Amino acid sequence: MACFYGVELKSRLLLGTSRYPSPAVLERTVKASGAEVVTVSLRRESGTGRAGQSFWSLIQSLGVRVLPNTAGCHSVKEAVTTAHMARELFDTNWIKLEVIGEADTLQPDVFGLVEAARILSEDGFEVFPYTTEDLVVADRLVEAGCRVLMPWGAPIGSARGLNNVYGLRSLRAHFPDIPLVVDAGIGVPSHAAAAMELGYDAVLLNTAVADAGDPVEMARAFALAIEAGRAAFCAQPLEPRDMAVPSTPVIGKAVLGG
Amino acid sequence: MRIFLNDDAHEVEAATLAAALESLGFGGRKIATAVNGRFVAVAARPRTQLTDGDRIEVVAPMQGG
Repeated sequence: MACFYGVELKSRLLLGTSRYPSPAVLERTVKASGAEVVTVSLRRESGTGRAGQSFWSLIQSLGVRVLPNTAGCHSVKEAVTTAHMARELFDTNWIKLEVIGEADTLQPDVFGLVEAARILSEDGFEVFPYTTEDLVVADRLVEAGCRVLMPWGAPIGSARGLNNVYGLRSLRAHFPDIPLVVDAGIGVPSHAAAAMELGYDAVLLNTAVADAGDPVEMARAFALAIEAGRAAFCAQPLEPRDMAVPSTPVIGKAVLGG
Repeated sequence: MRIFLNDDAHEVEAATLAAALESLGFGGRKIATAVNGRFVAVAARPRTQLTDGDRIEVVAPMQGG
């Protein structure tokens, strides 16, 4: 089981709720994925609008835990204020902390991220920081109070997979006891399986599922891949070798000349 | 008094944030609020006095990744 801030989860797939063709497809996709945690956000609503209220009713009906995000925040102040609004609105201390530093790649502002993580952790939040695979930044985030780290695989929505396998592997080795989640950049189920084979605890997805031609079926495919990747990690896979190793025994082979 | 709610200007007579939200159709809604960039909790809305030119943010649950 994956365990985040004392909460044990059977599913290692965390699913975003954005970009689906319709609420009905979102509902069927969450169910098909088996996800027990979905990410949500908050946006302005007018006095006559009801979109937020109906979305919230749908999420509640799914019986899943929510992980609110601070998506779109570019400063510490913005992210901290958004986190406070999210805590009240969703009644949870969990916060997926995003402080964006660069608009084209949506790369985290890791300096602001550490500062915001410290402020929020001291205020009782349980922070899931969206970060890079940088080891030193990860150390600072843990020092700031984070007990989960969420490095990107690649830029959000890029579908490029794991851009820096070495970096992600190093992070896993450096933090054997901190739950690690690959968040962002996953495109296809094999990317998610690769992350799990590295020993990551979970994968957080949105666009790869929501923008697929058939989100429901893609969610099912990701769930299978994540389960397979985890099983493979637990079964201790082979390390790559430079030379061939015959799988069929050589001893006892008939001597036929030539 | 003139306030700005999610950037739109409104003329309100309400003195507090809670009263202003009620008059603008947010009564009983699942929302979170900030005034001039500072979070204001539900419990604090009735005692949060508004002044001319205040900027109020009202947000609701929304899809997110």
